[in-house]
Amino acid sequence: MAEHRRAPVPDPRGAEGTVILREADVGRVVDRMAHEIIETVAKGDFDAVLLGIPTRGVPLAYRLGARIEVFAGVALPVGSIDITLYRDDLRVRGVRPLAQTLQPEGGITGRSVILVDDVLCSGRTCRAALDALTELGRPRLVQLATLVDRGHRQLPIRADYVGKNIPTSATQNVRVLLAEVDGSDAVIVEEGR
Amino acid sequence: MKNLLSAADLSREDAVEILDTARRMQEVQTREVKKLPPLRGRTVVNLFFEDSTRTRSSFEIAGKWLSADVINVSAKGSSLSKGESLRDTVLTVEAMGVDALVVRHHASGAVARIAQWVSCPVLNAGDGTHEHPTQALLDAYTLRGRLGVLADRHVAIVGDITHSRVARSNVLLLRTLGARVTLVAPPTLMPAGVASWPCETSWDLDAVLSGKAHGDVDAVMMLRVQRERMSGGYFPTEREYAIGYGLSPERLELLGDQAPVLHPGPMNRGLEISSLAADGPRSVVLDQVQAGVAVRMAVLYRLLAGPGEVPV
Repeated sequence: MAEHRRAPVPDPRGAEGTVILREADVGRVVDRMAHEIIETVAKGDFDAVLLGIPTRGVPLAYRLGARIEVFAGVALPVGSIDITLYRDDLRVRGVRPLAQTLQPEGGITGRSVILVDDVLCSGRTCRAALDALTELGRPRLVQLATLVDRGHRQLPIRADYVGKNIPTSATQNVRVLLAEVDGSDAVIVEEGR
Repeated sequence: MKNLLSAADLSREDAVEILDTARRMQEVQTREVKKLPPLRGRTVVNLFFEDSTRTRSSFEIAGKWLSADVINVSAKGSSLSKGESLRDTVLTVEAMGVDALVVRHHASGAVARIAQWVSCPVLNAGDGTHEHPTQALLDAYTLRGRLGVLADRHVAIVGDITHSRVARSNVLLLRTLGARVTLVAPPTLMPAGVASWPCETSWDLDAVLSGKAHGDVDAVMMLRVQRERMSGGYFPTEREYAIGYGLSPERLELLGDQAPVLHPGPMNRGLEISSLAADGPRSVVLDQVQAGVAVRMAVLYRLLAGPGEVPV
């Protein structure tokens, strides 16, 4: 039942595969994304919320929120949205444990919602998140921020804020490690088996 | 896990996962739109051969909130009253293309028998005096909400143990979760063979509640005196039962400050439980009802949302 959870790798240098972003790189990429988000939401008077998609989208959303507060002096509300029940592969790949949905302070209706995920690939996670969002309220605008865009889209979805485009082959795996979950930051491309 | 027939079917891992899932499901109860999609297109039949309000309606709500189509069939007004056999009734319902059966039956073991006849998942919603696993799950969920982790907690289950499917399922599940259970009942209402159950027993409620008999009690669960299942004289008078085994205001004082009072309902006020105990701040009776929906959502999700058993 836990096959979708990957074992944490405390030291990215010990992991197999090619390290694309190291600790300092991840920090810079997150900072740049924070600036890009500020440019957009400043126009809307910062009436925006960050919604992380579990697992690693959630710490990423909090980090973006913290950096935005440093750069712009505005604390955007942060929440999380569990998409497990909205996945289109439950029947194929089996049920999985649910994660927490945490409505940001003040809800999402009428505001800009920025969905935050670690890796954008097929776009199916994002589609599920859009479905899940409609049951929490009616946002004014929905955008997507992703740390890594690795291509291979299967749905007409694109990200508004991309940390790093990593062209990959379909057999490769992209692993995002974040200190909050894995002990340290890194982005690694592994050869599939 | 294909069916849920007994609380003993659940490993500790399974039980904890269902309880964790239930916690997420309960968050939905606070939303404006109480609807989740994972059982879209699935049909669940509630097959109730015995009366029920809370179990049937909470299974129905749970199924509907997960977007399943839920149909209720009760024995009254069904073909059973025309003389059809249980097997024929069940196979007929299954042949309509249902994806799961939720069954309550007055005969112990009937639900397990039905599970052998049909190929879809079967959930036991109470069979005779045998088991009621989702009740045990919702009780464990309620207890977790009040007490935190259940390992090494001590729960007293008091009353009509002989006729109680709730007691048996609770003993099994609480044991699995690492809690200790003490059953308290007059000798006539203690089931035969209780010595082989994984729990302590006592005839002295005051000694148990005050912690003198088997150590401090962290929670107490009162069971309904099931008059409809009683054929003989199990106790002299109701008044005598209430004096010996009812949760009176005085007995409430014996409990620790934080200890919650559970009752699976329906309650016989003045018999096994006083109104002060049933309505007081320790009472978690309505929490149990609310937990019932969340726990049944978690069970239906676990059994029905995935691809099902891979045929061998």
